[in-house]
Amino acid sequence: MSKNPYQSDDIQLLRLSTAGSVDDGKSTLIGRLLHDCQAIYEDQFQAVQKASKKKGNGEIDLALLLDGLSAEREQGITIDVAYRYFSTPKRKFIIADSPGHEQYTRNMVTGASTANLALILVDARKGILTQSKRHLFIASLLGIPHILIAINKMDLVDYKEDKFEEIKKDFLKFSEKLDIKDLQFTPISALKGDMVVNRQENLTWYDGPTILSYLENVQTISDKNLIDFRFPIQYVMRPNQDFRGYAGKIASGTIKKGEPVMIIPSGVETKIKSLYWDEKEVDEVATPMSAIITLEDEIDASRGDMIVRTNNLPIASNDFEAMVCWFDTTSMKKDHRYILKQTTNSTSAFVTKLNYRININTLHREKEADTLELNEIGRLSIHTQHPIFFDTYKKNKQTGSFILIDEATNNTIAAGVIIDKGKKTSFIHGDKELTSQKGAALWLTGLSGSGKSTIANHLYKRLKERGLECEQLDGDVMREHLCQGLGFSKEDRDINLDRASFVAGLLSKHGILTLASFISPYESQRAKLRKNIPNFIEVFINTPLKICEERDVKGLYKKARAGEIKSFTGISDPYEAPENPELEIKTPETSIDKAVEIIINYLLDNGYLGNTNRMR
Amino acid sequence: MNHLKQLEAESIHIIRETVAECKKPVMLYSIGKDSSVLLKLAEKAFYPGKIPFPLLHVDTGFKFKEMYDFRDYYTKKIGVELIVHKNTEEIAMNLDPREAHTDRYIYYKKTKPLVEALKTHEFDAAFGGARRDEEKARAKERIFSFRNKEGAWEPKNQRPELWELYNTRLEKGEHMRVFPLSNWTEADIWSYIKEEEIEIVPLYYAAKRKCLQRNGIYYMLNEFVQPEDNEKVEELMIRYRTLGCSPSTGAVLSKADTVDKVIEEVLTAKGSERELRVIDHGSESSMEDKKKEGYF
Repeated sequence: MSKNPYQSDDIQLLRLSTAGSVDDGKSTLIGRLLHDCQAIYEDQFQAVQKASKKKGNGEIDLALLLDGLSAEREQGITIDVAYRYFSTPKRKFIIADSPGHEQYTRNMVTGASTANLALILVDARKGILTQSKRHLFIASLLGIPHILIAINKMDLVDYKEDKFEEIKKDFLKFSEKLDIKDLQFTPISALKGDMVVNRQENLTWYDGPTILSYLENVQTISDKNLIDFRFPIQYVMRPNQDFRGYAGKIASGTIKKGEPVMIIPSGVETKIKSLYWDEKEVDEVATPMSAIITLEDEIDASRGDMIVRTNNLPIASNDFEAMVCWFDTTSMKKDHRYILKQTTNSTSAFVTKLNYRININTLHREKEADTLELNEIGRLSIHTQHPIFFDTYKKNKQTGSFILIDEATNNTIAAGVIIDKGKKTSFIHGDKELTSQKGAALWLTGLSGSGKSTIANHLYKRLKERGLECEQLDGDVMREHLCQGLGFSKEDRDINLDRASFVAGLLSKHGILTLASFISPYESQRAKLRKNIPNFIEVFINTPLKICEERDVKGLYKKARAGEIKSFTGISDPYEAPENPELEIKTPETSIDKAVEIIINYLLDNGYLGNTNRMR
Repeated sequence: MNHLKQLEAESIHIIRETVAECKKPVMLYSIGKDSSVLLKLAEKAFYPGKIPFPLLHVDTGFKFKEMYDFRDYYTKKIGVELIVHKNTEEIAMNLDPREAHTDRYIYYKKTKPLVEALKTHEFDAAFGGARRDEEKARAKERIFSFRNKEGAWEPKNQRPELWELYNTRLEKGEHMRVFPLSNWTEADIWSYIKEEEIEIVPLYYAAKRKCLQRNGIYYMLNEFVQPEDNEKVEELMIRYRTLGCSPSTGAVLSKADTVDKVIEEVLTAKGSERELRVIDHGSESSMEDKKKEGYF
């Protein structure tokens, strides 16, 4: 095996799912990855050598490393999802390897449900096929943040660059219709070993990373929700008369000792008395820990209930809309009783309506469809006997996903992701009054290059995902729409800021969350803004000048140093740091994700976001 | 959270889910290092309470003495109930230690008494310490692995497992095998043993031990392994990578007498850990066949 990855305390875990059509060479690719990373032991390799000889093909068949069941080896196919493990000094990898034929969609969905990255294999001779499209669709449906397309068998198309580019273009065109965050392409030959672990000499025109180098270095977008505290009660522990603990895995968010919480569906409010994790009492717990919570008051809560923050509630309803993939040979029946399992909750469920079936090849919505068969995907309206507590899957994978079980056979017959609440949603939150968002102006102040706009952009996306109304204002927006013709003199800059202040004030007054990013360097300016704008929230993005100057995205510092820009903040004009901002974010030590989390938590704690989620 | 704590959280979730949803769970306890880790996870899952299910040791009678000693010491120490079940049929009792690698032995000494014990006590869920990285057939097994009324595994008819949602529903007479360590590797196990200072059978650490070589494999001398004609007894530094029945489990030459040295050795090993478990090598699909019969 390769070098010790366990020396570093915090090696990352990357879960990837692979998929490919029957002869794309997926098993060969994984076999190659394992083999070239020395993750295969000699006795395992010898077993493969022995089996390769038996099959009579000359080369050592690395695919045989993966085909674990005798039926698979006999038929030369892969039947079931197989899990593989390997590590490099940088990361530990878990591969969920889904076969590309029989039970195809079901296995792909299974493998993809926990993946951070999807690796999709394509035969360079065949290009984009129906199955490649299915993979992409499922990866986007299940919200896998990164997708890597490996265009394989480049050796059989003479390693031609134009072939690679042609296939890449087809994929990009198809993916336009999907919600994909990050899509990458690598030309490879798994059989010959080109661009898998080693670059070799056949693809010199390609200057991107090899498969392994990409897997080791991809900056994983966090798909953990650290904001919305959701604790589905899994098990009630009563080791003695004096102890009543609620055990569970924190689905999302964090919670501290002493914080006010609500139990749903009862709506009872109480406080966190103590938290246990790792055989000791702790002050704070966070997702994805398995923890134990005790509450201040004696409350009769049980498995399936959920502990949440009073000011941040999930949706509680008997009705919702979901995209569902059908897994069983018996087709979906309307108004038939199924068992739905979501978080730790199980209840009877009925499909009230099939809104449409998705044609995965064309992405066309087939409204005339009247059922779902094995491996088909459609949008269903579902009614449950008891209310369930959920968020949309996009916002929260753990609380937005469910499975359906057939009570006659006990088989898992479908899996779904919740995309919307139902039309006749009934909220069940005790007597708690439900509130919606309030307007506010988040004023991000800081040096040029401090990261104001970057943070605002991320924040904007996250707020939108939560279904909130928000707008962004910054120098570029102002100069494009409201301040054409203004220059950069002191007077002109003042006018620019006055106009921005007026717009932010209007938006805030009318219930919109406004994200305004302006250097606004003087204390006097900001005091004036605070006076004129309702719900003004000052956010100081505190980044050292040296770092801003190193970044110098627009080349302004260089010009200022050369004297080409007069009175430039930080160089030839002062920046008066805010003395009492509502929030101060120090970068670069605070990551963008963390900064966004801090701001959203502030908004939640101060009631700006309302206590439940609006849905779009 | 480092990756071991992530794996730990997953495993604890699985253990609690089983206890919450199944009527009568039991933990299969083989006394090996994976069993020790599994037991530690169960302790953590129910802290500050006690483990709410018993342990079941299916005893072949041919384990190492050090294993029996450790079993009795450790279960007493943490105060967990231990059930020991042995097949006392004549056919099983008459099996010779020299047959410990045969299919007959596995069936009568392990598979049959296991299925029997589960039936007698009406256990509907049995935790096991198997990991997917151990063997090819294991790599395709679910975390909650459904067994029919005969205790058999049907690889082609497994329930899909998505997110952290496990379908634990059963009919009477059926049961689940639950594998909380599915996503752990051998290196993870050792790193966790180190991090959590978990006690394990001393045979995992190298020491000078009397042994002999048989068919190229080192066996430690004990009541079941005695030298025959021409077999030379030597005193060598050896340790075990896995522990099974003493007559069918080989030792490795090793200087690794501390957990750090073991980790170093595991990460640079050329052979897999089951290489020296003779039972796996009967035929190319031996593990799969045994599992279909009800073996772990």
